[in-house]
Amino acid sequence: MDLPLWLTAIIAFLIINFMLVSASVLVFAERKVSGYIQNRPGPNRVGPFGFLQPFADVAKLLFKEDIVPEASSKFIHSLAPILMVIIAMSVPAVIPFARGFVIADPDVGVLVILALTSIAVYGVTLAGWSSNSKYSLLGGLRSSAQMISYELSMGLAVVSVVLIAGSLSVVDIVESQADGWAVLGWNVFRNPIGAIIFIVTAFAETNRAPFDLPEAEQELVGGYHTEYSGMKFGMFFLAEYVNWFVASFVIATLFFGGYLIPFEPLFADAFYANGFGWLLGILQFLCLMAKVAFFAFLFIWVRWTLPRFKYNQLMTIGWKYLLPIALVNTLVIALGVAIFQTIF
Amino acid sequence: MVTPFLFFLLAVVAVTAALGMLFSRNPVSSALWLVLNLFCIAGLYLTLNAEFIGIIQVLVYAGAIMVLFLFVIMLLNLSALPTLESLDWKAVAGFVVAMVVLAQLVYMLASGLGALPTTILAEQAAATGDASTIAKELFTRYALPFEVIGVLLLVATIGALMLAKRKPI
Repeated sequence: MDLPLWLTAIIAFLIINFMLVSASVLVFAERKVSGYIQNRPGPNRVGPFGFLQPFADVAKLLFKEDIVPEASSKFIHSLAPILMVIIAMSVPAVIPFARGFVIADPDVGVLVILALTSIAVYGVTLAGWSSNSKYSLLGGLRSSAQMISYELSMGLAVVSVVLIAGSLSVVDIVESQADGWAVLGWNVFRNPIGAIIFIVTAFAETNRAPFDLPEAEQELVGGYHTEYSGMKFGMFFLAEYVNWFVASFVIATLFFGGYLIPFEPLFADAFYANGFGWLLGILQFLCLMAKVAFFAFLFIWVRWTLPRFKYNQLMTIGWKYLLPIALVNTLVIALGVAIFQTIF
Repeated sequence: MVTPFLFFLLAVVAVTAALGMLFSRNPVSSALWLVLNLFCIAGLYLTLNAEFIGIIQVLVYAGAIMVLFLFVIMLLNLSALPTLESLDWKAVAGFVVAMVVLAQLVYMLASGLGALPTTILAEQAAATGDASTIAKELFTRYALPFEVIGVLLLVATIGALMLAKRKPI
């Protein structure tokens, strides 16, 4: 589907705004769910059920004074939060929201996702360095070390998915999960170890608890964003939530069938035959959103249930457990695919 | 056509970033200039329809190797070099002019000998730039060099480990 450039721009604009609104919904969801987990009501004053709380927070952040430390590297200090938001907002460009509804489907779509997650670390690292504060620097250093360690396992988990699908395109990977009874074609059933490794590394790459060492507030004040205030801090906050939302999208797309509805082949033809293809598209989008909502909830659930790892534990998990398991898993999947292809 | 315009834009930014890396006195800004340069090179690959190489450039060089560089620079807390007090502008100008003349001479010589690369059509480039074509070439025609490089990298890793584990005498 080749759309004219202006139409693509409009769709991209709509999706960016969708991500922005989703981020504020996620902030609300996180505070509410954490409240219930800790047996307290959570925000309930602003608007019905406290639903307008994130918007009030954004208005507060907008009107706050923007303080730039005297000894900081001014340009990089301003660049870092912008970088974070731009990179977080770029990933949805290659994620298919329904059959045939994707902004861009390059042949190397999965690699685009990996590349964007791998350069996302610059925002954190540069923020930590440019602030010229020891807490920020420690946060930035931890973040870069953590990202490098977990990227390898994440890459290998993605490689195992690519091997099964036989394509680097995200759309092809989703469509390759269509066969099999109901949900059994999904990659999580064909490649369960890869799915677990990917989910764990996704937590680490988004700096979410239990991997939130870059901003461990008990040790580092605020970590890499200690020296940020006003809307620049708001942008880090936004980027964190968008990253987490996007990570849920990627997990759902690569391992949980993306926009595919269970039992879809049974009724898909009926929709197309009666000219209700658009309705099927909407159903697929809702199905994807349901999966994404589950993973977004999982992120909150884990954050408010598990304590943070120590730094040495983090490195041990990354290098001594996840990486060897991911390597062996990739090897097994490769052999399995080779044997499967020679037999059938 | 957008592509020639993009090429010149990326080329100018890439050269500027390379110069910025050379002349910047602060190691972190040097590294950041290099990152910008790598991104421009990746963009150039994309304009040549080599999507796979372009994305791998970002993934490996900008996303992994430069992050390690930055990590080491920040960990060792390298201080900035002292700023140059005076620069011999005559020598710089002479070097630039000499380089331009050399480039012209090489270009004329190469075109006279017919050694310039021929233009490749966009369709041909698109056909050779995707991952499966590269993989086929890499694992059939260049299988032996590929394996040798793999062994070389393994040896380098083991060597680095041996150096890191060595007890201080």
